[in-house]
Amino acid sequence: MASVSLRSVHKKFGPITVLQSIDLDIEDGEFVVLVGPSGCGKSTLLRSIAGLETINGGEIHIGERQVNHVAPKDRDIAMVFQSYALYPHMDVRRNMGFSLNLRKSPTRMVVERVSAASTKLGLNSLLDRLPKQLSGGQRQRVAMGRAIVRNPQVFLFDEPLSNLDAKLRATMRTEIKALHQSLKTTAIYVTHDQVEAMTMANRIVVMSDGVIQQVGAPLELYDRPANIFVAGFIGSPTMNFFDAVIDGKQAGLADGSLLALPASAAVTEGQKVVIGIRPEHLHFTDTGIPGTVVVVEPLGMSTQVTLDAARERVTLLALERPVLAPGDRKHLTARPQDIHVFDRASGLRVN
Amino acid sequence: MARAVSVRRRTIATAAAWLIGFLIFFPILWTIITSFKTELEAFSTPPKFLFFEWTTENYGIVQERSNYLRFVSNSLILSIGSTLVALLFAIPAAWAMAFAPAKRTKDLLMWMLSTKMMPPVGALIPVYLIFRDMGLLDSRGGLIAVLFLMNLPIIVWMLYTYFKEIPGEILEAARMDGASLWKELVYVLAPMAVPGIASTLLLNVILAWNEAFWTLNLTTSAAAPLTAFIASYSSPEGLFWAKLSAASTMAIAPILVLGWFAQKQLVRGLTFGAVK
Ligand SMILES: Nc1ncnc2c1ncn2[C@@H]1O[C@H](COP(=O)(O)OP(=O)(O)OP(=O)(O)O)[C@@H](O)[C@H]1O
Ligand SMILES: [Mg+2]
Repeated sequence: MASVSLRSVHKKFGPITVLQSIDLDIEDGEFVVLVGPSGCGKSTLLRSIAGLETINGGEIHIGERQVNHVAPKDRDIAMVFQSYALYPHMDVRRNMGFSLNLRKSPTRMVVERVSAASTKLGLNSLLDRLPKQLSGGQRQRVAMGRAIVRNPQVFLFDEPLSNLDAKLRATMRTEIKALHQSLKTTAIYVTHDQVEAMTMANRIVVMSDGVIQQVGAPLELYDRPANIFVAGFIGSPTMNFFDAVIDGKQAGLADGSLLALPASAAVTEGQKVVIGIRPEHLHFTDTGIPGTVVVVEPLGMSTQVTLDAARERVTLLALERPVLAPGDRKHLTARPQDIHVFDRASGLRVN
Repeated sequence: MARAVSVRRRTIATAAAWLIGFLIFFPILWTIITSFKTELEAFSTPPKFLFFEWTTENYGIVQERSNYLRFVSNSLILSIGSTLVALLFAIPAAWAMAFAPAKRTKDLLMWMLSTKMMPPVGALIPVYLIFRDMGLLDSRGGLIAVLFLMNLPIIVWMLYTYFKEIPGEILEAARMDGASLWKELVYVLAPMAVPGIASTLLLNVILAWNEAFWTLNLTTSAAAPLTAFIASYSSPEGLFWAKLSAASTMAIAPILVLGWFAQKQLVRGLTFGAVK
């Protein structure tokens, strides 16, 4: 186990800058999830930490060691690939034991570690099969097993669950989290999936265009997104945004209606802002922002209502099962403490 | 969905395939038949196809006159030796081109292939002089070097196309697992590429076996392979068709048998990894 720290890491592919000045400190034993839109550089960052890509600037430390010029094989990192990358010509047992055998570990130790890992992952009955004789979920487990038998300093995961169906993904998510809780090995996990990020992470790193947008605990990111990008990226259904202009202690929306702002908002009269309100924080009232119901989607536990209000398409999540039909005219509001205020020019949070 | 092919068209296609196959095989068949004739019948017009007195006397004479086994062993050593040496260089080279390409890798591959388009005679004089001055004429070592260099571009190309099909992530996984470059090649890449390496090996053994230009020009006796064995029956004592045919049959028999048993691998090899 070890900490990982990145100091202004740069990476270019030819003329294209993929990572610009990444600074990140990951503590020993932490589970950090990297999220961001496709192509923002998550895999590249992970591969740089692994040593599979050479960085063009900055420093990478694993534990006390600066590893910029250390070969992948000597970094003591295990990686689980999206494609699993199992060795097709080796059975499950040899796939899992390969790293130990390369290190000329005593046979008894290899057998013990492989059987411990395969018991943990429920692979005992599959040890003699080749990868092509396994289902996707089983391959995924073998890939995990191959990583844990090594007992490495750091685990890297690059979208390990994205090839599984929804149900299996949920199961594996829980298993990986449980595994991390028992092994306590530092882990860096790349995903597209919000739910994975929110449920698994100690801390989430949100990236966009090769830049870290915000780092924080899942709920911290959810409750206090640092900018419009993070606000829109974290949370599903996504946050509602309204363009507004500051008018005293209130915000004037595009349709002229006014919304009370949180007391903490550091804004000036006439400033152009963006108001963000999460779907579950919007409520129906008698007065407030007028809106027209477009779609009503009952989800069971809650009802998702889509409306047109203040010249935006707005989503509202209601727990109380409102009786609504498309075309109904309603009024919307939100409590001041649930409102996020961002400066429109810089995109940064101002409350 | 498979295209529906009418019975009639299929029959015609099958017949055409057999006809073409027969046309290609006919010279070899004729050689084999001729080898069982007497010299007189070998010349007769019209040629006799099957109804003549079958005799194996040519084989006996050829056997007496020249040391067949020495030629065979030279052929084996030259073809297998040059192919193995070439693989030793080509596997790492193809690895680098497939998994760590640089900007000019494609150009390099084209350039390597282009050397095969040069007529070998162009290099004969310099190579001959080098061989003479280094005392390599009529030596197996020298000939292995020439055959190895001659086939290297093709071997690299074939392996490159095979390696291209292997997902790089598997090699990266091996690197993460602690494999050095050498172990990555030996324990991961090579076992995964076994079919490709095998067909490359086979095809190049055959190419080297049949290679006549360099083997005839650079050997006289000690290192002479079967090509020289055949040639020794073609000119000096006038034309002895039957004996020449017997010698040819003896020269191609081993490779014909090998080719027959390795058909599947060879087809893979010849299509340069295009079919799986
Ligand atoms: N080997 C490469 N050569 C050139 N450009 C590359 C290479 N690998 C990645 N890129 C580019 O770098 C950028 C970041 O790629 P990366 O794979 O890190 O994205 P990602 O965040 O992992 O995306 P995804 O979520 O789709 O996996 C992309 O624009 C991609 O086109
Ligand atoms: Mg990726």
